[in-house]
Amino acid sequence: MSQKLLQVDRLTTGYRTQTGHMVEVIRNVSLEMHEGETLGLVGESGSGKTTFGMALMGYLRPGGQVMAGTVRFDGVEIFGLGPNELRKLRGKRMAVVPQSASLSLTPTMRVGDQIAEVLTVHVGLSGSELSERLLELLTQVHLPQVAELARRYPHELSGGQLQRVAIAMGLAAAPELLVLDEPTTGLDVTTQAHILDLLRELQEHFGMAMLYISHDIGAIARVSDRLAVMYTGQIVEDGPIEEVFGRPVHPYTRGLLSSVPRVSYAGLPRAMDGRPPAPGEHEVGCSFAPRCTFADETCTTIDPTLEPIDPDAKIAHLVHCHHWQRVVASEDFGEMQDLKARTKKAVELEPLIELTEVDITYAKRGLGAFLRRLRGVPEPPMTVSDFTLTIHRGETVALVGESGSGKSTIVRTIAGLLPPRAGRIRYGDQDLTTKVERRPIEIRRKIQMVFQHPEASLNPRHTTKQIIDAPLRLFFKTDREQRLERSASLLEEVRLSPRYLEWYPGQLSGGEKQRVAIARAFAAEPELVLCDEVTSALDVSVQAAVLDLLAGLQADRGVSYLFISHDLAIVRAIADRVVVLYQGRMCEVGPVERIYAPPFHPYTETLLAAVAEPVPGARARLLAKDVQEAEPPARGCCFQRRCPRRVGSICDEETPPWRVAVEGHLISCHIPLDELRESQVDLISTSSI
Amino acid sequence: MLALIVRRLLLSVVTLTIVAVVVFATTELLPGDWATAYFGREATPQRLERLRAELGLDRPATERFASWFGRALRGDLGSSLARKEPVLGLIASRLEKTFLLGGVAGLVSIPLALALGIIAGLTRGRRADVAISTISLIGMSLPEFVVGTVLIFVLSITLQIFPALTVVRADTSFVDFLPNIVLPAATLTIVWVAYILRMVRTTMIDVLASEYVEMATLKGIPRARVVLRHALPNALLPTINAIALMLAALLGGVVVIETVFNYPGVGLLLVTAIRNRDVPLIQGIAITIAVMYVTINLVADLLTTSLDPRLRSLRG
Repeated sequence: MSQKLLQVDRLTTGYRTQTGHMVEVIRNVSLEMHEGETLGLVGESGSGKTTFGMALMGYLRPGGQVMAGTVRFDGVEIFGLGPNELRKLRGKRMAVVPQSASLSLTPTMRVGDQIAEVLTVHVGLSGSELSERLLELLTQVHLPQVAELARRYPHELSGGQLQRVAIAMGLAAAPELLVLDEPTTGLDVTTQAHILDLLRELQEHFGMAMLYISHDIGAIARVSDRLAVMYTGQIVEDGPIEEVFGRPVHPYTRGLLSSVPRVSYAGLPRAMDGRPPAPGEHEVGCSFAPRCTFADETCTTIDPTLEPIDPDAKIAHLVHCHHWQRVVASEDFGEMQDLKARTKKAVELEPLIELTEVDITYAKRGLGAFLRRLRGVPEPPMTVSDFTLTIHRGETVALVGESGSGKSTIVRTIAGLLPPRAGRIRYGDQDLTTKVERRPIEIRRKIQMVFQHPEASLNPRHTTKQIIDAPLRLFFKTDREQRLERSASLLEEVRLSPRYLEWYPGQLSGGEKQRVAIARAFAAEPELVLCDEVTSALDVSVQAAVLDLLAGLQADRGVSYLFISHDLAIVRAIADRVVVLYQGRMCEVGPVERIYAPPFHPYTETLLAAVAEPVPGARARLLAKDVQEAEPPARGCCFQRRCPRRVGSICDEETPPWRVAVEGHLISCHIPLDELRESQVDLISTSSI
Repeated sequence: MLALIVRRLLLSVVTLTIVAVVVFATTELLPGDWATAYFGREATPQRLERLRAELGLDRPATERFASWFGRALRGDLGSSLARKEPVLGLIASRLEKTFLLGGVAGLVSIPLALALGIIAGLTRGRRADVAISTISLIGMSLPEFVVGTVLIFVLSITLQIFPALTVVRADTSFVDFLPNIVLPAATLTIVWVAYILRMVRTTMIDVLASEYVEMATLKGIPRARVVLRHALPNALLPTINAIALMLAALLGGVVVIETVFNYPGVGLLLVTAIRNRDVPLIQGIAITIAVMYVTINLVADLLTTSLDPRLRSLRG
């Protein structure tokens, strides 16, 4: 085994609350890392994983303090160092790649300068040596036109490019330890696949040790040698990645792994019961006990210790559980519930809403547009063009695509927030090309929306009761008593206890808030619910429960969903039909089971190939470059600039024809379907090894 | 950038027109006019009528406004009724003095406020911050005339270092004039520093808590560089607009300060003009002040736009 690089010993950190209590965030964590090793650290929001990563750098957020334990880096106690010694270590021997590069790069400084200062301070480079090394670094992270790019400001780069800059910044002084804090969260699936690939490549080249912190098990599986699972500030399981994935011994690890939706499976993953305690909430015993099916009295009174399951193993597999033998013995792992089978529904072929050749643009017809025309600048292409879709009663249609694909724009138009520039939208015999305030109240009632961030969509000064009461009061002529009764029963439908009626959003967890938002939408007794990335802000264990809830409500009420997501696994679990969008243009539309099998539209193929399934060592196939296009091409196929199967100038010149694979499965491509089918592999069954 | 400037200039014309109408209407609402003010107690109906006819004051208000506005558009603001001199010239000579006062106060207060604000932001909650913040609070809560009066009492009357009132004769040279500026400028400085430094302190604290400053710290670059290169430029951007508003407010605030110190600037001219019902002069000064306001704000916006790379590309 290689040299030990980092040794964390019984580290406990915390902060003092306003009432003077100490709240522990990291609890008694012991961990070691070796040179050149990649350790994945997985945990849900609030588990303390970021705090832990920063603590390794000797950095605690304001108010935080070390309460016990040590962090030794190459034998030196980090928290024993003075500010200057610490400064010489940070950025040089240990570096951080931050969670969101767009917030972590200084907006007023050129990106090149931000990397260069690391080289100046830690490596002592200057002049032509400095600029040479800078360009070399940018090339190593596969950025295009490096000389020009170095002179740009952060906001002028795409998300993927920023993340690459952040990685180059971390690697600048060739550190021995790189702490990556959710480096791919918030990136598109193809970009994420490229970044993960890059990290592997860079590690082979630089040989640094990496701590890869993430909530995304699929991403972790791809890069890590070892996996540590964190729950409420403790390490609950730590072992070689294949072992932890193949034979998880902690109940939480098991729950986490089975709540991840997979593209290879057309069913909903299982949700974990309960929610993690907030820091300081938990007092005695094992903190997972309240959510654990194996828990007994021992668990609620005595906190277990982290012990090896096999003392003779070469690489230790540690677990923090009294009953891990019982867990191992139980068969209860890995099954998913087949949602489709459980809530078998007959989709009636009665159209609910019909969109025909809809064009949408954000371009205003103001002074700016006038001046542009004077200067002869052509009008930008439509954000969404020629969008045609019919949603039937009781059906779930998913819109899939990366950021900038126009998914949310279409939802905004249906909701009446952004009227289309051209085309027809019919809802029964009602015209929906109008703004929401001009629509009859019945239509407003029938179309409801659930947003991505419940924090932002629920008024923090209203109680749950007030939130749910608003649509009831607006749409139904009922008295206060009846409305209260209705609110309580709606809460019950979203599986929240009626005592939540008096609570404010601030007192609810993310999943609970989203349930309240769903209850509010259903209070109006809608026919169509627009769901805009409703689970992407939620933890994976909570996400499964929310999807299950939505499916159940649909079975009971017969509503239709327009479900927007960038996550192909979730779409597979919940949708009946799928529309694949690129740059506001439809690439492929069809029943869900057809979308996930050849023939694929080349864009669908690219997306599916990039998906990170939670399988150790799986590598994505990178079919297309992860460029983020500012606007769609003026003519020809929308995917022409990135397409791995480009045939030639016809792609740039002519709009591809719609080819019918089977009834209802259409692909817009210049390549004949037979040709596509023959050359494409079944990505789903192959990616899961 | 071009569209921005065009749009803002068009808006400015609208703003100035509205200002002209409102100021004219307000002077109409004041009891009495130039004629009653001129004759005072010796006013008789015949005298008033004759003077009004002579000056055209008997014409309807709308007509008088239209002719005034028409001439103003050509750059002719008319003549002062009291002094029989062109309004433009009168304002120009006084504006010089006001600019001198504002300039001196600005040159002292802006760097001082920035320095103190940054120090307070960096030492948040500690002794330096508490001291600076407390003093600035006191400075903010005292009205200008109180500060001015206290300064006069201490430095002019008790210690007799500076003149309490400005006395200017035609032959007063620039150098002889300078001591007159110290007290009014000091008053302005105290008030401005208090405001600007609080603004700088707040934005500095926000910026220091940002993720990019955290990142810069984790890069292990020296603290001074983190503050000067990463934090400061971002903290200054919102401050520029605040300073602009402050400078613009000077043009209102000088009325008080110039009166307290009898300082011969535009403010004092305005007070005299109002007392005399000298409508062309009031109009002229009001328009001048409005032009200043609009210009300073436009300059500040262009400055932030050119300093902030994000706005630069947003506004193209």
